[in-house]
Amino acid sequence: MKTKNLVKFLIAILFVFSSTQSFAKTIKWSMQGDSLTLDPHAQNEGPTTMVSRQIYEALVTRGLDMSIGPQLAESWEATTPKTWKFNLRKDVKFSDGTPMTSEDVVFSILRAQQRTSDFKEYISTITSVKATDAYTVEIQTREPNPILLNQLSNIFVMSKKWCEENFAMAPQNWDAGQETFSATNSMGTGPFKITLREPNTKTVFKKNSKWWGDVEHNLTEIHLLPIKNAATRVAALLSGELDVVTDAPVQDLDRIRASGAHKVQSTPQMRTIFLGMDQAADQLRTGNTGDNPFKKKEVRQALYQAIDIEAIKKKVMRGLSEPAGIITFPGVTGYTKELDERLPYDVDAAKQLLADAGYPDGFEVELRCPNDRYVNDEAICTAVVGMLGKIGVKVNLFAQTKSKHFKELKDNQGDFYMLGWGVPTLDSHYVFHYLYETGASWNKVNFSDAEVDAAIRVMEGEVNLDKRNAAIANAWKIVKDNIAYLPLHHQVISWASKRSVDVPIRPNNEPLFRFSNVR
Amino acid sequence: MDNKNLTLLNRIKDSDIYFSFIKSPTAIVSTLILIIIFFCSFFVELVTPYNPFDPSSLSLMDAFTPPSWTEEGLAKFILGTDGQGRDMLATILYGSRISLIVGFSAVIFALVLGVGLGLSAGYFGGKYEMIVMRLTDVQLTVPSILMALLVDGIARGIISRELHDEMAIYVLIFAIGISEWPQFARVSRAATLVEKNKDYVSASTIIGVSNIIIMFKHILPNIMRPVLVIGTIGLALAIIAEATLSFLGVGVPPTTPSLGTLIRLGNDFLFSGEWWITFFPAIFLVILAFSINLLGDWMRDTLNPKLN
Repeated sequence: MKTKNLVKFLIAILFVFSSTQSFAKTIKWSMQGDSLTLDPHAQNEGPTTMVSRQIYEALVTRGLDMSIGPQLAESWEATTPKTWKFNLRKDVKFSDGTPMTSEDVVFSILRAQQRTSDFKEYISTITSVKATDAYTVEIQTREPNPILLNQLSNIFVMSKKWCEENFAMAPQNWDAGQETFSATNSMGTGPFKITLREPNTKTVFKKNSKWWGDVEHNLTEIHLLPIKNAATRVAALLSGELDVVTDAPVQDLDRIRASGAHKVQSTPQMRTIFLGMDQAADQLRTGNTGDNPFKKKEVRQALYQAIDIEAIKKKVMRGLSEPAGIITFPGVTGYTKELDERLPYDVDAAKQLLADAGYPDGFEVELRCPNDRYVNDEAICTAVVGMLGKIGVKVNLFAQTKSKHFKELKDNQGDFYMLGWGVPTLDSHYVFHYLYETGASWNKVNFSDAEVDAAIRVMEGEVNLDKRNAAIANAWKIVKDNIAYLPLHHQVISWASKRSVDVPIRPNNEPLFRFSNVR
Repeated sequence: MDNKNLTLLNRIKDSDIYFSFIKSPTAIVSTLILIIIFFCSFFVELVTPYNPFDPSSLSLMDAFTPPSWTEEGLAKFILGTDGQGRDMLATILYGSRISLIVGFSAVIFALVLGVGLGLSAGYFGGKYEMIVMRLTDVQLTVPSILMALLVDGIARGIISRELHDEMAIYVLIFAIGISEWPQFARVSRAATLVEKNKDYVSASTIIGVSNIIIMFKHILPNIMRPVLVIGTIGLALAIIAEATLSFLGVGVPPTTPSLGTLIRLGNDFLFSGEWWITFFPAIFLVILAFSINLLGDWMRDTLNPKLN
């Protein structure tokens, strides 16, 4: 009797120790802002996709080296120039145990095409999608589409059954402030699942034991703990409270490196920071001249030439940025070094341009900025305010949290604003389709040019690469000459982590925790 | 005229307050420091050539210049510059002007409200007194920073954003003032209760002087001593409350920074070795608050030893 009790006792102790010590590998991850919503089709925004990427999967995906590879689709072929056949994996299960079939894929693509989806521009060329059997999907495009795979890599697949049960058939209307079940809950096929969601405070990801892939990570949990204040975030990392920070403040990199227990990885990011000026409004909402100075190209050029981008690079970005001439970066189809050249910094020329345009005394306008999205976003804006002040343009800075910034921007409340743009498809078409096409969802400068719109159609349907590249080059030339936006720089990102934590850095700033290990 | 001034001066020289003052080195030193700070803050245009509130006068390339005595420092920026190229000394002085204006206004607001309610409560007594005193009890259970945050939050809700930036300073004064008035109300009520049973009050009542005149002309001067002591210490508290609120980001906007805002902005650079951006505003705030407190202590000892 006694020995039996002792054995029970020992087993109990063994169980407690083994479950708490050897299995629990947790990564505590932080960045300045949080995912805006868990609905994978509601907001096309960096950190939001970063979170979705851990729990949802697409037909195809980019690996660590950024090349396209299979994910939910095992193989694919273009049966005609406009028809694609995708063969799905047969062993994929959602984290609730139901198998994933072609019905879910069809449902998800149609869901991402609905009006409230922010991903509809990715797949606007898809005219029909149907399941030919339980594990085959056929997609028709309007024109032969050379970048379909790139686009599909961002369309996450949801469970039709789960969406039906939880009234989430349509994507959350984020712009209108709608609250849905899918915005605070998630259920995907990915390597992790979310077990706790407190927006802007804490999100807990647990390993999805039903995941189909080969497990290359050794994590049991990921905790996402957004910390807005840069110094607090660094202090938390240095004190050991955090394991990885995916937006380490540029001013603190030396301090982090100096700590023996931490390491820093840097890479040029696939993201360009720029300023937009509303060129359509007849009167600026926050101006003082009663008209809209941004309508004149001279004014836009004056602002452009008044910005000392090298000073911003040296003082605000501490050398970790690359001045930009266009809103796209090396590695994207259509990028060239010549296009990326900036107009020279010249205060006198800027003043002259402003005087020529009829504003010798400048004007007043409000600059809208996020303060928790891009590297040193508010500091860049503050610097711009000073620089534009030198040519007589009185800029009032309004910096606020990104969720409000983006919402009000989409609600057409901005005259002059900061935005950053990444190119997940690595093709110029994405930039034009979102930022330059007439009436496009993020074209908040209201730029409109028939020739550019025509070039965008060519990019979508031309399979002859020379012709397609010529269209891209021509479109870039038009928008660059027009100074539709004021490009600032390509961002360089730095991730800081404990030495014992391996999270491979990727130029799109998206961590893939399925390749992460904790020693 | 001269004669009168002389007698006034003589009267001051003969007073026990003056005697106690020159016997107290801490009081002299803190007064001197405060005079210098007040002068430099309110006449800052004469003290420094820079105007940190004018963004067009700044040069970003001057940013992060260390203090002048360090190796990379420049003589023209004695305490160095911040992340936007603003001269630290000028920024601190302009900031301290805002802090002082907010501090003084808040204390005066709290004093007028608190003494008005406390004095009348003590004088009239009855249900009115009970209501006022329970109000102070309720107010005292809410921490002053929380109260100030609440007021600021409500203000943000009801007035538009453009207006709020302009109104920020008044909102701050109101927020701090409303959280400090119970102290004044309690002290002045207690003092009034003592005073109102004295013969001069009874005499006034008998000859038919109106209540208002008795309260404000006869009783008020006699309760001013403890109120002034509390007011001085309250000033230090108000300045620190302002700094705390601005540090939390609900105070004055960053384009016209007060001391608390400066400390918050500098906090981002604490790890990167640019210590002067947060250190100097912080040490300035400490010296300012410390001096006011020392002076307040001395006043308490001299004017109203019973409060000790």
